[in-house]
Amino acid sequence: MTTTPIILNKDSMAILREQDVVPFRNRVKEYAVKIGMGVVNQTKLITGASELVRNMLKYAKGGTVYIEVITRGRDNGIRLIFEDKGPGIENISLAMKDGYTTGKSMGLGLPGTKRLMNEFEIKSELGIGTTVTVIKWKNG
Amino acid sequence: MKNEAIKIFQKRKKTILEKWISIQANDDFLREDLMSNDDVRIQSEELLNAFIDNLADSNIEKSRMEEFGEVHSILASISMTRAKQGFSPRETGIYVFSLKAALLEVLKEEIKDPETLYIQSLLISNLIDSFGIATFETFIKGREEVIFRQTDEIAEISTPVIRVWDGILALPIIGTLDSSRTQVVMENLLQEIVETGSSIAILDISGVPAVDSLVAQHLIKTVSATRLMGAECIISGIRPEIAQTVVHLGIDLSQIITKSTLASALKTAFNILQLEVNKKQKQTFAK
Amino acid sequence: MEKIPILRMGHFLLVTIQVDLYDQLAENLETDLVNMINKTGARGVLIDVSSVSIIDSFMGRILGNIANMSKIMDAETIVVGMQPAVAITLVELGLPLNGVHSALNVERGMELLRSKIELEETNEVDHDNDSDNTE
Repeated sequence: MTTTPIILNKDSMAILREQDVVPFRNRVKEYAVKIGMGVVNQTKLITGASELVRNMLKYAKGGTVYIEVITRGRDNGIRLIFEDKGPGIENISLAMKDGYTTGKSMGLGLPGTKRLMNEFEIKSELGIGTTVTVIKWKNG
Repeated sequence: MKNEAIKIFQKRKKTILEKWISIQANDDFLREDLMSNDDVRIQSEELLNAFIDNLADSNIEKSRMEEFGEVHSILASISMTRAKQGFSPRETGIYVFSLKAALLEVLKEEIKDPETLYIQSLLISNLIDSFGIATFETFIKGREEVIFRQTDEIAEISTPVIRVWDGILALPIIGTLDSSRTQVVMENLLQEIVETGSSIAILDISGVPAVDSLVAQHLIKTVSATRLMGAECIISGIRPEIAQTVVHLGIDLSQIITKSTLASALKTAFNILQLEVNKKQKQTFAK
Repeated sequence: MEKIPILRMGHFLLVTIQVDLYDQLAENLETDLVNMINKTGARGVLIDVSSVSIIDSFMGRILGNIANMSKIMDAETIVVGMQPAVAITLVELGLPLNGVHSALNVERGMELLRSKIELEETNEVDHDNDSDNTE
């Protein structure tokens, strides 16, 4: 992330069960629509968010997502911060390689999601938790 | 009040304005051809009033937006209107800097103690400098917006989707195919497929100067997306150099129909749609 | 318990997905579909996703599962009506969606199914007509 963006609005949602996924996706969509994001970028943002939130549920039994409307210069965007207190990821660079898998999933979660976003940052500590931060600009 | 300058300026506002106007008149940057003297006076008075009215002990040492909001918005509008009128950013900058001379002159007349004069002059000088720079920043922002707008326009017009036949679309791609253009191409193409119910899209890349692995990736993505919509893609306009590069780079295009010319791609498309082009029979007239 | 309705259209089955699929619903769909194919001997499954605005890897996996299960039961799966934004996102996400064919709408989907089944049957006939009797 380059210069620090300014936060125009902060929101958060606790994700504890599978039933929380859809309301979460709808909330993200609300904010994306509010800043005038086009349909394709909206779809990419929400799809990526869906991937990350499912990861959070699957590997960390849930967590919290912070939804922020941000601005950097002339661009508005949405920043999502996925915080969990799960087991952490042992080898981040391996997890970011296409085709890597730990569970029964296709293992395309992280690298694919990164491609859908404009900015992608992941921090993880074994036994403590993982934080994934993504940004999608309105004109991303 | 800690800073004498503030009271002085409030007291001698009129004089400062007159001094400023006369400094401008004596210099080249006045540009009477672009703006009437009356308009210049109105503009200058507005800026000066905003500056002096907002000047206080709390903000005299800082020139940030939050402290001088009104001044900054007036500066922004001055910068924009002057740019539209044809002033160079330099001329607009010098216009603001010239206020400094008027202010400092008045300070010199009113403050006797050299050290106080120096400190106040320095503060005012720094303030006006940053105001001048603000006009440059507004100008640059305006230019950037023009560039962004034009970039978008170029992306839009350089990727037309042509309906060459019922169910067949053609996209002549001209220029470099980067990721943002690929997005535009994909969006337009898929939208057109939905609207026309086309089942074949011909991507002609004879206008694409170079095809490297990244460009190939973009093409492959476009083909995949088209297939998800139930349509098929043919890539045409493959120059011999491109064929070489593709093989040397180890790019696998075997899953995509490729043709060297748009004409042969069209023939293939007709074939797929079970269409035939027949020559008309010559009319013979019975005697 | 919510269930996604499966319509019978001749030799084919039509599933229209209009709500967000969650775990239980998706599993039920897979089970119901496989049972329906068995019961009706359907040769094709059409999945209408024209109302689906987000397809993530979970949903992609379900589609893939349905395609594989159906194939084992001798039925082809066609996904119809994918929204452009979804197609673009899926490609970027990198979902392979193997064994899943696509069509623009239900009508085209049925045409495609019919031509695929015809093709299959022609091949089988040729095979039967092989002069040598080796299996």
